Amino acid sequence: METTYSNNKFSKVPPQDGFRVAYILHLADNSLILGQRNAEWCGHGPVLEQDIAITNISLDLIGQARSFYQYAAQLINQHSPSPGGGRGEASEDSLAYLRTEREFKNCLLAEQPNGDWAQTMLRQFLYSTYQYYLYRFLQTNSDTTIAGIAEKSLKEVSYHLRWSSEWVIRLGDGTEESHKRMLRAVDELWSYTGELFIPAPYEKELSIDTAFLKDDWAKKVNTVFDEAALTVPSNVFMQEGGKTGTHTEHLGYILSDLQYLQRAYPGCDW
Amino acid sequence: MPVQNFEQIFQGKIDNEVKIEPKDWMPDAYRRTNIRQISQHAHSEVVGMLPEGNWITRAPSLKRKAILLAKVQDEAGHGLYLYSACETLGVSREETMNDLHSGKAKYSSIFNYPTLTWADIGAIGWLVDGAAIMNQVMLTRTSYGPYARAMVRICKEESFHQRQGFESLLVLSRGTEEQKAMCQDAINRWWWPALMMFGPKDSESTNSDQSMKWKIKRKSNDELRQNFVDMIAEQIKTLGMKLPDDKLKWNDERRHYDFGEINWDEFWQVVKGNGPCNKQRLDARKKAWEEGEWVREAAAAYARKKASPNPSKGGALEAA
Ligand SMILES: [Fe+2]
Ligand SMILES: [Fe+2]
Ligand SMILES: [Fe+2]
Repeated sequence: METTYSNNKFSKVPPQDGFRVAYILHLADNSLILGQRNAEWCGHGPVLEQDIAITNISLDLIGQARSFYQYAAQLINQHSPSPGGGRGEASEDSLAYLRTEREFKNCLLAEQPNGDWAQTMLRQFLYSTYQYYLYRFLQTNSDTTIAGIAEKSLKEVSYHLRWSSEWVIRLGDGTEESHKRMLRAVDELWSYTGELFIPAPYEKELSIDTAFLKDDWAKKVNTVFDEAALTVPSNVFMQEGGKTGTHTEHLGYILSDLQYLQRAYPGCDW
Repeated sequence: MPVQNFEQIFQGKIDNEVKIEPKDWMPDAYRRTNIRQISQHAHSEVVGMLPEGNWITRAPSLKRKAILLAKVQDEAGHGLYLYSACETLGVSREETMNDLHSGKAKYSSIFNYPTLTWADIGAIGWLVDGAAIMNQVMLTRTSYGPYARAMVRICKEESFHQRQGFESLLVLSRGTEEQKAMCQDAINRWWWPALMMFGPKDSESTNSDQSMKWKIKRKSNDELRQNFVDMIAEQIKTLGMKLPDDKLKWNDERRHYDFGEINWDEFWQVVKGNGPCNKQRLDARKKAWEEGEWVREAAAAYARKKASPNPSKGGALEAA
């Protein structure tokens, strides 16, 4: 499978940093796309308090994305200084708004539709669990900027994990209807969980041990599913490709909304 | 004590600027007026999330997206404080919301206008939050204690919203020709509806006299509207934009800006439900509420299970 880290926009980035930039963009894209999805709830939540809570999570995720994009931009610019400065340089916004469907590296799980509240809660739980263990691992990364962002974000992520696991339990073990809806959500989302633990080339290069994460992730998911009266599915075929730029059809629509103004009015300040 | 004495004590407190508190005796009409006004205000905060929410996924930069998300989230918070203030008068949030969904309760008509371009987000912050502040600063001194206290918290955030809206328009006003045009167009469309937010002219306002006597209101619709015009007529100079009113002119004698006549037909049409988005706004709120019903039921059912003295399983909720 072709990887997109050698994309011509960053052609001056040497290979080793190319992997690093690709990985940072992957982390940023994950947070941005899930944040964008959660933001769709704002104003439409099932009850005001939860509307506020899901918006908080969205804000946290977008904040993380910004930190990672800023760092990626810094690395890219180091290798291709633009003499005039300003325009043409990579920035958090050029990376979020001017890359295409095939350049985004978020995992497929993040881009799946909100569905109902059950589906959104399960998506958040599955992802936050992954993010929690990943960031805990990244806290000690030799790249101190990545480590710093992970450490700072871990507090937020712990809250997301607690909040979403509470909802999974509440809905799984709530009413007959909520249980049924949780089952459907598991059915919708499970095939997108495998990808989280299949290393992309940039993860391999950077020795990100995704297999190690899988054990912790599975243990946590098992515990919560057990409490929620849900069963962890087995023998599900796993979809993959998001991390290397082959997405589900949803991403194109997400980017159409996200990038609309920057595409329609190129080169403007906002 | 005869009711008359209660009434004297009540009006005495009002006259002496002592706040009325939930457990105090109050005339029925005072209670009803406060319920009506606070709930209308709460609904306005929550319905107001919709026109701005319309641009969250399309905000043009990550910084603007974060600002807008946080702003709309603040409005949800305002809604919460106000529903709580309403509950102190003996109506539950559920009842209050049902009145919104049935069309019995009103909300500010301004939110029945569409947000057509990104500049509308700046214009709402600047003009709509700006107009709301005029009213709300006055309400920090309203006679009903819980309402006044909610307003103090809310006002701080609203003035932040107004500054952010203005700043967002300022960037557009210094941008490309297209951005400038977008900015002017938004101001053109939001200016008159913003003036309508202060309600009918004093000569035609039905609830005003009693509300003034009870110090629920302290300034008339026209006074507040004038203050708003005076403020915005100055601020727009920094933007280098124009308000869409030929009659707008400083009047040295009055020490105020003169301004043109509001289209009151349009005002009443929107109040009656014929604004461009009345139906969409109410439908969106009803949809959120109805589709959230199973969620609220499940949460309640789960809470009941946990409260019952039969703890079947361990506490992963706490451990999680
Ligand atoms: Fe507000
Ligand atoms: Fe308000
Ligand atoms: Fe506001």
